[in-house]
Amino acid sequence: MTSKETGTHGAVLKDTPPADERPLVALRGAGKSYGNVRALHGVSLEVHPGKVTCVLGDNGAGKSTLIKIISGLHQHTEGEFLVDGEPVRFATPREALDKGIATVYQDLAVVPLMPVWRNFFLGSEMTKGPWPLRRLDIERMKKTADEELRNMGIVLDDLEQPIGTLSGGQRQCVAIARAVYFGARVLILDEPTAALGVKQSGVVLKYIAAAREKGLGVIFITHNPHHAYMVGDHFSVLRLGTMELSASRSDVSLEELTNHMAGGTELASLKHELSQVRGVDVEELPEEGDLTAPVAASSEGKS
Amino acid sequence: MSMTQQAEPAVDTPPAPGPKQTDGRTRQRPLALRLLARPEVGVFLGAVAVLVFFLFAAPPVRDGSSMANILYQSSTIGIMALPVALLMIGGEFDLSAGVAVVTSALTAAMLSYQLTLNVWVGVIVALLVSLAIGAFNGWLLVKTGLPSFLVTLGTFLILQGVNLAVTKLITGNVATDDISDMDGFSQAQKLFASTFEVGGVNVKITVVWWLVFAALATWVLLRTKYGNWIFAVGGNKHSARAVGVPVTFTKISLFMLVGFGAWFVGMHQLFSFNTVQSGEGVGQELIYIAAAVIGGCLLTGGYGSAIGTVFGAFMFGMVQQGIVYAGWNPDWFKAFLGVMLLGAVLINLWVQRTATRR
Repeated sequence: MTSKETGTHGAVLKDTPPADERPLVALRGAGKSYGNVRALHGVSLEVHPGKVTCVLGDNGAGKSTLIKIISGLHQHTEGEFLVDGEPVRFATPREALDKGIATVYQDLAVVPLMPVWRNFFLGSEMTKGPWPLRRLDIERMKKTADEELRNMGIVLDDLEQPIGTLSGGQRQCVAIARAVYFGARVLILDEPTAALGVKQSGVVLKYIAAAREKGLGVIFITHNPHHAYMVGDHFSVLRLGTMELSASRSDVSLEELTNHMAGGTELASLKHELSQVRGVDVEELPEEGDLTAPVAASSEGKS
Repeated sequence: MSMTQQAEPAVDTPPAPGPKQTDGRTRQRPLALRLLARPEVGVFLGAVAVLVFFLFAAPPVRDGSSMANILYQSSTIGIMALPVALLMIGGEFDLSAGVAVVTSALTAAMLSYQLTLNVWVGVIVALLVSLAIGAFNGWLLVKTGLPSFLVTLGTFLILQGVNLAVTKLITGNVATDDISDMDGFSQAQKLFASTFEVGGVNVKITVVWWLVFAALATWVLLRTKYGNWIFAVGGNKHSARAVGVPVTFTKISLFMLVGFGAWFVGMHQLFSFNTVQSGEGVGQELIYIAAAVIGGCLLTGGYGSAIGTVFGAFMFGMVQQGIVYAGWNPDWFKAFLGVMLLGAVLINLWVQRTATRR
C-alpha cells in the first residue's frame, strides 16, 4: 500500500533537531487523569520553531485534553511538560500566554456580546496614560485590529459590531489573527477547520503555513488527515488517550495517515475476520504489514 | 507573513469612504436603530416619559425644591444601584446588598458609641467590614462555583440575623444610640449628609456623589482594562479566563465594590438620622437590582451601562415621590414599580431584538 518501505529503520530520528535547537514545547510521557478516568496517557510531543506538529485523532481520543494541558487550562498528572527545556506546570492560561503559547480554542474563546476590537484585545488591552488615568487606547486598538484582520483577508465594515454577529469562519479568523498578533511563539489550533467550508478552510490552512514561515511552532489539532497532510511536518495520532503514531512527514504517506486515523491497525487485524462476512468489501483495507510508519511506543522519549 | 503587503493606506483614515474596501455584504443600520441598541437609550426614554407624566399629574413636582427632593430620593437608590449594576454586568448579583448597608451603619454607630471613639474610627472600621463582606461573598462564589443567588442569599440571611441580634445584645434595643454629639460627627456629616444651596434650592450632597460615582463608573466601564474585564467575565467567563483575564480578581473586586457602595449609603443614613434601625434594609436589595435592570443591564451579565442605571434609579425616585406629590395613596408605589420593571424589561427585550437583528 505504501512506498515508504524505509519508515521503520530508524528514519524516525531524521527530524530530530541539532542539539542546540531545543524544542519550544515538549511533552514526555505526559498524561492526565480526571479522578479515576485516564483521559491521556504516555503522550510525547515536541514543537519546534517553524514546524507544524499535527495532532490527529477521533472524537474522544484526548486531543482536547492534550491542548488544555499545554495551554494551561488543566494540569498534567503524569510525565513531564517542558517549555524551552524547563519543566513547567501552568496554573492559569495567563502563564502559558506569558510564555508565548497562544491557543485558538474550538469555541474560539470570544465573548459574543462584545465588539470585535474589544474581543481582539481582550486580556491584553493596549493602554495609555499614567496610572490613575490609565485608559484604553481605543484608536490604536481599533486600527491595529483592522490591519491585522485585513492581513487575513477579513474586511469588516464595523469593528464595533458584537463578534456574535459574525459568521463562524470570520470568528475563527479573528481568533487566529488575535493569537498570531500577540506574538505567540507556539500557536495551538484546536480543530480550526472543523466548522468551516472548503474555501474558508483553505484560508485557515494558508494562515497556518504563514505562521510557520514566520518561525512559529504550530500545534494543529484536527481530525481531517487531508488538512493535516497539507501543512504538517510531524504527525501524531492519538487513540483512546494514547499515542498510536508519531512520525515525521517523510515517514508517512497521506494514505497511511488516513488509515491510522480510521483506526488503521485495528482495522487491519480485523480484515481477516471481516473477510469471512459476506457483503463486507475488504479488498481496499490495508494489510497490517502495510502500515509501516513507526508506531509510537508509550515509553518513547523522542518522537 | 504578508503583514506589509496588504496594509492599505486607507486604514489611516477609517471614516473615508472612498478607497476603503468594505465587505459589501453588510448594510449600515439606520442611526435610530443603532442608537436604540445602546443599553441606556430605552431607559432614558422611559425616565423622560415618567417625568413628563408626573409634571402633568402632580403640579407640585414642577417646583425646584420638589425636584431636589426627588433627586435626593433617587441618589440614595442610585449610589447603591451603580456597583450593583457593575456586578450584574459582571454576571453576578448580590442579594445581601440591602442589609449590608445597615450592617455598615450599625458597625460604625455601635463601635464609636460603645467605645467612645472618634466617629471616624467607626467609619473606617465599617468600611473594612463592608469590604470584607463583599470579599467573602466573592471568594465563596469563586471557590465553590455556586450561583451568586445562593451565596448571597446566605449572607443576606446571616447579616439580617446578625444585625438584629448583635444590636439587641449590645444596646438592649432595636436601634443604636444617638451619636450626634460625638467627636468628628459634624465633619463626617459634612461629607456624607450635608446640604448645599443652588439658586435658592437645598440640594443634598448625595446627589453630587451619585453623579460623580456614575461618571466614574462609566469611565471605568468603557475606557479601562478593568471595565473590559467586567464585560468579559459577565459575557463569557470561560472565554475570558482562556484569553488571560483575571476572572477571580474581577469577580471578587466587583463584590467588594458593592461593599463600598453599602458602606457609603450606610454612612449617609447614619449621619443624616444619627441612629440606625437594625431591622431595616430588607427588600432594598431588590430595588437596587430592579434599578439596574430597568437601566438596561442584562440579568445574565455581559451587557449594560452605568448611565442607564442612573436613569433607572431616577425613575424609582421620581415615582416614589411623584405619587406623594400627586396626593395618591403611597401604597401604590410598589405596584407601580412592578409595572415599570416589567415594562422596562419588555422594552429592552424588544429593542435588543430589533436593533441587533442581522
